[in-house]
Amino acid sequence: MLFLNDARFRAVFYQFLAISLVLLAASAMYATASANLAKQDIATGFDFLSRQAGIAISESSIAYGPTDTVARAILVGLINTIKVSLLAALFGTFIGVLVGIGRMSTNPLLSRLMLAYVELLRNVPLLLYLFLWYFLIILVFPPVRQAIQLFPGFFLSNSGLAMPAVEWQSGFGLTFAALAFGVVAALVVRAVSQRRRIQSGKANAGWIFALVLLVLPVLAVWASGAISLSWSAPEAGRFRLTGGLQIRPEFVALLIGLMLNLSASVAEIVRAGIQAVSKGQWEAAQALGLPRSRTLRLVVLPQALRVIIPPLTNTYLTVFKNSSLAIAIGYPDLVMVSNTIMNQTGQAMETIAIFMGIYLGLSVAISLFMNWYNARVALKAR
Amino acid sequence: MSDTQVIPAAMEAVARPARRSEWRSAYLGTPGNALVTLVCGALILLLAKAAFGWLFLNAVFDGGSDACKQSSGACWPFLTDKLRYMLFGFYPFEEQWRPLVALVLFLGACGVSMVPRVWGRGLLIAWAVVILPGLYVLMAGGILGLTAVPTSKWGGLPLSFMLSFVGLAFALPLGIGLALARASHLPAIRVLGIGFIELVRGVPLISILFMAAVMLPLFMPDGVTIDKLLRAQVAIILFAAAYIAEIVRGGLQDVPSGQFEAGRALGLHYWQVMFKIILPQALKKVIPALVSLFIAFFQDTTLVTIIGLLDFLDTVRTALRDPDWQGIAVLEGYVFAAAVYFLFSALMGVYSRFLERHFNTSYR
Repeated sequence: MLFLNDARFRAVFYQFLAISLVLLAASAMYATASANLAKQDIATGFDFLSRQAGIAISESSIAYGPTDTVARAILVGLINTIKVSLLAALFGTFIGVLVGIGRMSTNPLLSRLMLAYVELLRNVPLLLYLFLWYFLIILVFPPVRQAIQLFPGFFLSNSGLAMPAVEWQSGFGLTFAALAFGVVAALVVRAVSQRRRIQSGKANAGWIFALVLLVLPVLAVWASGAISLSWSAPEAGRFRLTGGLQIRPEFVALLIGLMLNLSASVAEIVRAGIQAVSKGQWEAAQALGLPRSRTLRLVVLPQALRVIIPPLTNTYLTVFKNSSLAIAIGYPDLVMVSNTIMNQTGQAMETIAIFMGIYLGLSVAISLFMNWYNARVALKAR
Repeated sequence: MSDTQVIPAAMEAVARPARRSEWRSAYLGTPGNALVTLVCGALILLLAKAAFGWLFLNAVFDGGSDACKQSSGACWPFLTDKLRYMLFGFYPFEEQWRPLVALVLFLGACGVSMVPRVWGRGLLIAWAVVILPGLYVLMAGGILGLTAVPTSKWGGLPLSFMLSFVGLAFALPLGIGLALARASHLPAIRVLGIGFIELVRGVPLISILFMAAVMLPLFMPDGVTIDKLLRAQVAIILFAAAYIAEIVRGGLQDVPSGQFEAGRALGLHYWQVMFKIILPQALKKVIPALVSLFIAFFQDTTLVTIIGLLDFLDTVRTALRDPDWQGIAVLEGYVFAAAVYFLFSALMGVYSRFLERHFNTSYR
């Protein structure tokens, strides 16, 4: 064992050992898996992606029918996942910030009420809440045949909210491009005018230019007549409403569940962030004559943001991953669509690999974006 | 905290009258604050009245499902009728004293183990050699005159506790190993550690459970089958290990590097430095965070119902679909389940805060 007394050799030896063990296990698993698959007569490879899916998906933001490909079905699921996560993150953050600030209130009733809110959400499993919200929606609203008509064309029932919708015949891409151009142009103008204002110390009218630039491209596209729209209103059939925009109860239950769950975490993070700002900041702002609300908004929150961002990143990643609980209440997200495909084709390995890969990629993307934002708000040493 | 102890008695006498005005300013102070008090007070009263009405005033206390159908309040007979099923699932009815005893013993053992004074090697050995095997024998049977009960019959609250507790117990050493791998100076070991941790943390638990349920059998050689419960347990262990590794990494980073260097300078081997110097300090710092993680995992075990295991949430949901009670006591069932989860999670939360004070590792 003379070699093992040499630290450099030992380092190489251990690494070699670890890598070969991992490779050995992987190849053994691969061999047994392919033997098992061959025996069960299950096809391998990703050819099934271009085959006809043959499954109906109850909610889809892009055109989809059972005759479309498996790949497109997965895309529909992915879009549904992203849609519900984004909305939950947006509303959940808003509620969470309010609750977090309420938690810090000097009024004991308000702060205790907010504490109860947070504790009730954090100590009961999300899945249980999802079942509960879904059940309550089904319980409270009447069946489709007795749908409540809120306004002409707006129907509320236990299969969701149906309302009139605008359908794009053409020009959707053009409008989207014009809008994106407008946003970028407005942001550039805003940055320039802000720099001028800081340099000169005078207010300027940059925001008017920014606003004009934001709206102008879209208006121009619309005026050019390259767009045609049609109107679609829900119609009461025998068993269900067809046409129009339908917001389904599964979606609403999932959105409420994720949103409330996120808001409790955000509230705790915001509270910890505000508490991390030193008391002297409050006192200094008070001495300068700022009222409590403006102290919070202008002095404390911008500093608290630095403490808040890293844990907030984790919370957003969690809500994105938690959206996979959709399968429990039947909302067709990425996992549920993949699961259906898995049952149909039997190609479990490929399907699981695809949706795990998508989750992993998007998780990394969210982390990178939040790290970038964190670097922006971080304290810059000048 | 120590500041309050040095306040002289004379000052307290001065402070007391001020407290009443403090009280008034806290609740009424400014007109805005008075409005907040009013709105919150009204909300609390409204909620309390609704809860009291549902739980007691309009509730049905005896009778069957017909009485519950008529009433708008809570249906208590449902709970008494289905309680045993909800707690123990399909465990043979005459044998249900066994999971009950196991549950009580387990909770008792947990309660004793929560006292920091009894922590030590002896406790660890007691859990590994006496408590856990004892509980397993009690549940599984087959020896000592106990009838054998296959794991497919296990369910309810004992299953939920088992999945989360055994999951974390096995995940802890694995997670510590992963954290050490991630902090290693050997590049290949570090990459393997980072790869595993980030892979697991980047995907939802449900996808790992699916993998365990659907894919794991494919990787097994002919004739080898693994119990469904065990597969889910392995998935939870792997999942928990990645999260534990990240928490332990935070603890490792908090230990000054001089500790490691001093240990090596004394001639200690890497493992001796880690086990005798670094890890004791690092783990002590992260114990409250680990308890918080345990709360999260206790709740996450509900996901096994999606792959068809009969955990507590699943037995409650099955009880709701009982032909006698279908559609009558749904809210009651969910509220009962929520109350049970809340009770245990909140208790562990209190314990976590106690530990934080005990070790004084609060970052606030």
